[in-house]
Amino acid sequence: MESHVVVIFPHPDDEAFGAAGTIAKFREQGVPVTYLCGTLGEMGRNMGNPIFATRESLPNFRKDELLAACEVLDVDLHMLGYRDKTLEFESRSKIAEHLLTYLEEIQPSLVITHYPGHAVHPDHDAFGAAAIEAVQRMEASKRPKVWAQAITNTRLEDLGQPDITLDITPYFEKKFETILAHQSQAAGVLGNMDPSLDKLADIVKNKLAKEQFYQWEF
Amino acid sequence: MEAIDVAIVQLKLDEFLNETVYIHIETTNGAYASHHNADVFNVGVFMRNASIRYTQAKIIGDQTGYRVGLKTDNGWVYAEGVREYEIDELDRLLLAGHDREGRLMVALQISRTPFKE
Ligand SMILES: [Zn+2]
Repeated sequence: MESHVVVIFPHPDDEAFGAAGTIAKFREQGVPVTYLCGTLGEMGRNMGNPIFATRESLPNFRKDELLAACEVLDVDLHMLGYRDKTLEFESRSKIAEHLLTYLEEIQPSLVITHYPGHAVHPDHDAFGAAAIEAVQRMEASKRPKVWAQAITNTRLEDLGQPDITLDITPYFEKKFETILAHQSQAAGVLGNMDPSLDKLADIVKNKLAKEQFYQWEF
Repeated sequence: MEAIDVAIVQLKLDEFLNETVYIHIETTNGAYASHHNADVFNVGVFMRNASIRYTQAKIIGDQTGYRVGLKTDNGWVYAEGVREYEIDELDRLLLAGHDREGRLMVALQISRTPFKE
């Protein structure tokens, strides 16, 4: 059993689509979970369907959505204040140092992040790399395990079978509720023209039924 | 945002004439474009808080897409495909074009004060 899990992703909604079932499972076991969310998704394209946000109001909506999602998942949230799309241009070692301050204090047994180079969005790759660098800097005896999430279409060819696979069926309701908390993103990200709840639920059941991770070897 | 009303937007563009203003300009097809369709390439550009002064401004087009050109002291600012506008509580002019799923494809925004970093 884990003592504390830290989730490190750059965008509000990464936790919902990628790890909500896993997080729900840990919370059910009573394991504390802390989410370090890098940005407020300021540069996201989805403005709601129908549109309700502008480029300027989007961060406020996404902040509220993130808070609501973390309420659903019952996790501790820290918003780290970087800007969407710019993470790869920041100093990786500075971001690693920043993340390390949280890891040193929390002393988690497990860190969940994106698999650098296999996470499609440049922010995912950059933040995942910084997270792994932060863990690397910890004393080997204090180092948490790292579960890295790959989402490229070629992940199986490139990396083989994931080490961890969670069937989210028992946690579907939680996961769906977490996704819906991200009101401006849910319909757009799921890529459906018809944002009715039934349709979205079907897409989540069919396409997001498993959450998978690779255990990072240091 | 609302469907562009050319008269209102033109008036607002003219209001900023010969003033130092801050521009946010952007276009994107999304960070996942080639992930979802191997035949397309990801493209995108944004510039936030470019400080300019323009001496002439026009919005031209119809509901399928408007073009905006701002003539500056030494060049141009151009955006194509904006279809919605908003004059927000900070008196900024926000122009944007979205696809049918509500995703932003292009934006041009003008403000007297810098946009939040
Ligand atoms: Zn993301």
